[in-house]
Amino acid sequence: MTEIEKNLLREIADLHKIPEGAYNIRKDGELSGRNSTEHIEIVSKTDVPGIDIYIKPGTKNESVHIPVIITKTGHSEMVYNDFHIGEGADVLIVAGCGIHNSGCDTSQHDGIHTFYVGKHARVKYFEKHYGEGEGTGERIMNPKTVIHMEENSYIELDMAQIRGVDSTRRETVVDAAAGCEVVLLERLLTHDKQKASSDMVINLNGEGSRTRVISRSVAQDDSVQVFRPIVNGNAPCFGHVQCDSIIMGHGKVRSVPAISANHVDAQLIHEAAIGRIAGDQLLKLMTLGLSEEEAEEKILTGFLK
Amino acid sequence: MLSIKKLNYTVETEKGQLDILKNINLDIDTGKFVVITGPNGGGKTTLAKAIMGLVEASSGSIVYDGEELTGKSVTERARLGVSYGFQQPPRFKGMQVIDMLSIAAGKKLKSADCCSYLTKVGLCAEEYVNREIDTSLSGGEVKRIEIASILARNASLMIFDEPEAGIDLWSFAKLTETFENIHRNSNSTIIIISHQERIIRLADELVLISGGSVAKRGSVADVFPDIMDNTKIGCTFMEEAGK
Repeated sequence: MTEIEKNLLREIADLHKIPEGAYNIRKDGELSGRNSTEHIEIVSKTDVPGIDIYIKPGTKNESVHIPVIITKTGHSEMVYNDFHIGEGADVLIVAGCGIHNSGCDTSQHDGIHTFYVGKHARVKYFEKHYGEGEGTGERIMNPKTVIHMEENSYIELDMAQIRGVDSTRRETVVDAAAGCEVVLLERLLTHDKQKASSDMVINLNGEGSRTRVISRSVAQDDSVQVFRPIVNGNAPCFGHVQCDSIIMGHGKVRSVPAISANHVDAQLIHEAAIGRIAGDQLLKLMTLGLSEEEAEEKILTGFLK
Repeated sequence: MLSIKKLNYTVETEKGQLDILKNINLDIDTGKFVVITGPNGGGKTTLAKAIMGLVEASSGSIVYDGEELTGKSVTERARLGVSYGFQQPPRFKGMQVIDMLSIAAGKKLKSADCCSYLTKVGLCAEEYVNREIDTSLSGGEVKRIEIASILARNASLMIFDEPEAGIDLWSFAKLTETFENIHRNSNSTIIIISHQERIIRLADELVLISGGSVAKRGSVADVFPDIMDNTKIGCTFMEEAGK
């Protein structure tokens, strides 16, 4: 692997070497490495680009890493990855995409991740997107995440766009059955003239289903972001949506959280706040010896952590 | 040594100029424990903020350990050894207590170090180390974390603005003990703005600020009885002192 490839893997999946357990590394549209285990099988799709990941029922304390890296300018792909998580499994899934574009053509990764989460299964899913490269070609990522949850399952999603992505259109759709819990944390940083939009629809269909959606974003320079998280309470359920954004420079953010109660026992809450970094926060950290720039950096790092 | 000479702070209002600080002169020796007290709106917090650089004095001089502070930024003053505990500290979404105390200490703190600072302000430490300093914490909890950050900073000049405000009785007792210990075991200069008798009684010197001026200063034994006598009948002493 080249240094550029190693760096992309470090940024998106915190990988410093080939991961333990199951993994599938995709590079410039090709399979770069794969490992299945006794309990987790990764199989290439035959009809479209992508993979099926089969996690056997009852699998515990195992992980799957499926990073994607693109280093060829002008490379564009659409990938379909399906996760079949067996009943009672408890697993960690680490995804992510890094693009290094040193040319003048657009590099683009579009992907649809579909999860089928079995009864009583627990999933932690981490996804990071990152772009770099000195070229003038754009770095574009459009991820779609679709999650079907069976009774009493749990999924925690931590999805972040670190920096360097010129344009992103993110979509997340979750259908939660009775007793399911969905925790969704989205963190997004845009800068320069980047654009980002994020649409989320969480359908709480079953009795006792719950969700907590936390969206934190920072729009710097001339970047623009739009958020539309929607929680539909279709049963006795609980949902909380919290969107917080910091704007800097000439950044623009539109946040449109929506809650829709379609059952008399649905309890739904939403909060949204957009603003600059508060002056008293900067001053507090400056009284501890940080410069204004250092204070700003610390506040943003904490906010997006 | 902190030496304040002819310090004035004036603001423009719709009704004209308002003098918040008027010709403040105050010398505080290194290692002293000084309590500043006085009626609300008398200028105590403004004076403390002027020392830290959070407000820029209109005229006058503040010299700390031979360095003129006026004209210097908050950051520069902090790096010269001045620290300030806010009366109403801000909250930080996403920033954990251990992050804040590490920034204050100027190094990455271990959990155990963090716990030791939190214990000194009466917090059950382990529960708080990884908590975010956000709205999930009560005002009293945020206030105690603020004070812990000043302890972690361990500056040569520590200014606390009404540290007792919003703090329960049990934690307050712990806090006074902590102030005593700092004073006994370090050479830091401590300035506390307070109305609390238990804090006042710890001081080497008591300064009464009223109407934007130093109305009286001296030992607690000299100054405190006057204040008590006069507050009983409606703060007439302070009102007179401010004229």
